[in-house]
Amino acid sequence: MSKHELDARRLMCPLPVIRTQDKVATLGPGDILEVVCTDHGALNDIPAWCRINGHKVLSTTDDKREVRITIEVGHD
Amino acid sequence: MIIQRKAVSLISGGLDSMLATRAVMEQGIHVEGINFYTGFCVEGHTHAIRQRDRDKPKRNNALWVAEQLGIKLHIVDVIDEYKDVLLNPKHGYGANMNPCRDCKTFMIHKAVEWIEKNNFDFIITGEVVGQRPMSQRKELMPVIARESGAGDLLVRPLSGKNLPPTKPEREGWVDRDRLFDFSGRSRKPQMALAEQYGFTDYAQPAGGCCFLTDEQYSRKLVDMWQHRNSRDYELDDIMLLKVGRHLRPRPHFKLIVGREEGENNFMEGYRKQFISLHQVSHNGPLVLVDGTPTDEDITLAAQIAARFGQGKNEPEVEVGITYPNGDSRTVRVEPIAPGKVEDAWYV
Ligand code: SF4
Repeated sequence: MSKHELDARRLMCPLPVIRTQDKVATLGPGDILEVVCTDHGALNDIPAWCRINGHKVLSTTDDKREVRITIEVGHD
Repeated sequence: MIIQRKAVSLISGGLDSMLATRAVMEQGIHVEGINFYTGFCVEGHTHAIRQRDRDKPKRNNALWVAEQLGIKLHIVDVIDEYKDVLLNPKHGYGANMNPCRDCKTFMIHKAVEWIEKNNFDFIITGEVVGQRPMSQRKELMPVIARESGAGDLLVRPLSGKNLPPTKPEREGWVDRDRLFDFSGRSRKPQMALAEQYGFTDYAQPAGGCCFLTDEQYSRKLVDMWQHRNSRDYELDDIMLLKVGRHLRPRPHFKLIVGREEGENNFMEGYRKQFISLHQVSHNGPLVLVDGTPTDEDITLAAQIAARFGQGKNEPEVEVGITYPNGDSRTVRVEPIAPGKVEDAWYV
């Protein structure tokens, strides 16, 4: 298991989702990815993408300027 | 041994692709979705940028559809490759700058590449014969299948019975009798099928999901190309065409005036790329200046900016000017008289 961060600041949806998807493709099951975005739409889209693709959202935080979404990569 | 056949479905986020996908899933096929991001998709951006749209659901419709269907969705960034489709469409444009026919062919071609790479058997789209004048004429549908390289691996379940049998039908992977024979512009059969499948909260029929079909957006795009003497574009360029009022008082520069707080915040991110104007003495929008303005032009820009701020009826307004390199200064200007903002300036 390893921890990674993805800077998706200033990208508008769906680009944060695309970058997350592409990053996750390089990771293995159990790896942790923290995605940082400025588009609040990511708070809906990244968890939706995780649900349909079998990854787990461990936490989301929103400090108004930025949102952070932490994901645990699933098995499939 | 029965082989589990696999299909990839082009998911736009609209109803038709949702129905087409479900129709094939019902036949025991494993389906995954694919969605292409061209940079011109309406999806998300406008919701994210504009405050006044914040109350509307901010969901990404393609992801939402995939979730309703219980399938995976692969979103593919085609921003760069799409430039050639938009700039050099072999078959021209639709009513606005939408190169629908070439766009369809391109996307199906990308899906062909995807199934080859991922070992899938065929492709599904939600196209309906005769629904769109440009890309869905009956005689064109086989042409698009051929030109895209998909050939007989392209199944359009909603109109399958109106089209020649495809390989998945001939091989018995898909039962042709259980495909549909929808055609024309009526949405009634789709509505009925949606009800049968229990889909209620779907997005409005496709067409409103692409900025290139929007007249105003297309005008701004053409204006940008004409005045730059180049049709090249970057993602930032096409994003900025989605926000603000655009006014071109002189051929060599235009102003982008934020319409509300959400847009102003979004435009803040571009202050290192453009000269920006903000009002010091009053509340007012952020204004970006695109082009090669002279000092005199900047004064005019400040006067116009002041017209859109709360000091518009004051004799004088103080406007801050910031250059991309960080240098800044302020000017005091008289807001331009309303009658002097020419209609022709609005792009
Ligand atoms: S509406 Fe836009 S995305 Fe859809 S086919 Fe036409 S150009 Fe392509």
